[in-house]
Amino acid sequence: MSAVAAGAWMKSRARIWGEWLAQSQSRARRLDVEAAQRLVERYRALARDLTTARRLLPDSRATAALESLYIAAHASIDSSAPHTRATLLRLFRTEIPAIVASLRPAILWMGLLLFASAAAGWWLISSYPDLIVLVASDKMIDAVEHGRLWTEGMLNIAPASIISVRILSNNIVVSLFAFCAGIFFGLGAFYIIAVNGLMLGAMFAFTHQFGIDGELLKFVAAHGPVELSVMCISAAAGSALGESLIRPKAATRRESFQQAAGRVSRVLLACALLLIGCGLIEGFISPDPRVPLAARVVIGLGYWLLMLLFLSGRLLPREATRERAPD
Amino acid sequence: MRIAGLTGVDVALDIAGPGSRSYAFIIDWHIRVLLSLAWFCIAWLLLKFLASVPSTHLSARWFVLLPSLPAAAIYLFYHPLLEVLMRGRTPGKRRAGVRIVTRNGGTPGVGALLIRNIFRLVDSLPLFYPVGLMSCFITAQRVRIGDLAAGTLLVRDSEAAGKSLAQLGSMVSRSGLAPVLVELINDVLERWASLGIAKRDELARSILARIDSAASAAELAGLTDAELLQRLRQLLDTGRIERT
Repeated sequence: MSAVAAGAWMKSRARIWGEWLAQSQSRARRLDVEAAQRLVERYRALARDLTTARRLLPDSRATAALESLYIAAHASIDSSAPHTRATLLRLFRTEIPAIVASLRPAILWMGLLLFASAAAGWWLISSYPDLIVLVASDKMIDAVEHGRLWTEGMLNIAPASIISVRILSNNIVVSLFAFCAGIFFGLGAFYIIAVNGLMLGAMFAFTHQFGIDGELLKFVAAHGPVELSVMCISAAAGSALGESLIRPKAATRRESFQQAAGRVSRVLLACALLLIGCGLIEGFISPDPRVPLAARVVIGLGYWLLMLLFLSGRLLPREATRERAPD
Repeated sequence: MRIAGLTGVDVALDIAGPGSRSYAFIIDWHIRVLLSLAWFCIAWLLLKFLASVPSTHLSARWFVLLPSLPAAAIYLFYHPLLEVLMRGRTPGKRRAGVRIVTRNGGTPGVGALLIRNIFRLVDSLPLFYPVGLMSCFITAQRVRIGDLAAGTLLVRDSEAAGKSLAQLGSMVSRSGLAPVLVELINDVLERWASLGIAKRDELARSILARIDSAASAAELAGLTDAELLQRLRQLLDTGRIERT
């Protein structure tokens, strides 16, 4: 093909390329049907021009430019639908409950691991009290040795709102980390649960030696049930990541990992929301000495039941089934 | 990496390496640190000023919450928020000429971008992303763990190349020269200032000798640097040389 033909072809396309370029630079987030159809038409036309350019002008700047326009059009077309209220509702009503249901055995195992490691922590500190330095800070040990919890007077040091924000952000990070640590073939998730269980058991054993374990129980009663459950759920999601690497369900481990991450990570959104509630309880209710144990237990159990309803999709109204009218 | 287009025409995506990735990250890191600090300082000064007004009473919580909470939010949510809003780009990525795409070359969804950011917790272990960088070095597509989880890639943004298309088309249309020659002249003119005088004059003379058959070798040799530039510009505009 001669250079003359290539020149004539470029001349004939120059105007339309200018238009395409202007269109590709206007980045509308939402397209109406007409605009979407125009985009598809442009994409097809670009493919035709690109094929012609590759034939007439191989290795030229014009071909490279057409390729880049084609890639941009491809990226615009190959994108997910925008998230709407309906998408969010479906996520919380159907998708997250389904994921939690599929993770149920792993969640139970994580709960068992937490319990077992708490028991181990209790035994360890009961048998070797000096080892408490491994799990508690000097300040905490000093407070307990003086017969009071380190949480006492927490509200005098910082306002409840600040405590809440600090606690909930810390809990969310721990929860996300328990999930992400699952990439180490699930071992990271197990490790985080085991360490947290061990610390919990150890602190109860240590406070028991000074007769203030009841106070500690009173402190954790309101926020503990949901906080620990959420940690188990995040770790179970993390173990699913490990499982996807150990026993891949797709052609490659990478694909299997990607599929598992895309599926189970949705549950983290529910975990984060639940942890916000925990943080508020831990900041406003748990350190307040005026709240009696009974009220704390009611709050703790009530919030835990709410969590169960939320994670089973029963908290949100069911989708109305629309009957199709006959044509 | 080659991807198959939806029309059957395949194209190559130029994967960005650890260098471009780090460059983009460093720019973004500076932006978010500066934004956070700016917010912190402005809020602190504002609160100090309000506290000095006798009729206002501000509790200590305002001094902690108002400056620090939004500053922390800016720092932590900079990447996820901007990547979602700018469809796989951030100011740093834009500057480094890279963007995030799916493995099919598409625009990643909100879910994928959030997963990618959650895994920063692992990629950044223990400090300054050594896990992520190592992953970039050892994976074929130069991706960090967050990209593996989200099914995303960091590719070079070729938008700038696209912008030259209309310009090239109109140059060919105006000059009537062969597209290859138009590109060649345009390339030389774009790089004119950065080339050495002897080199650019040599290039200009060889192009003019090829196109302008009326010009003798002696005539071309006698042209100054400015005259050569003028002739090339004339060629690109009109496709011919007008002799006075």
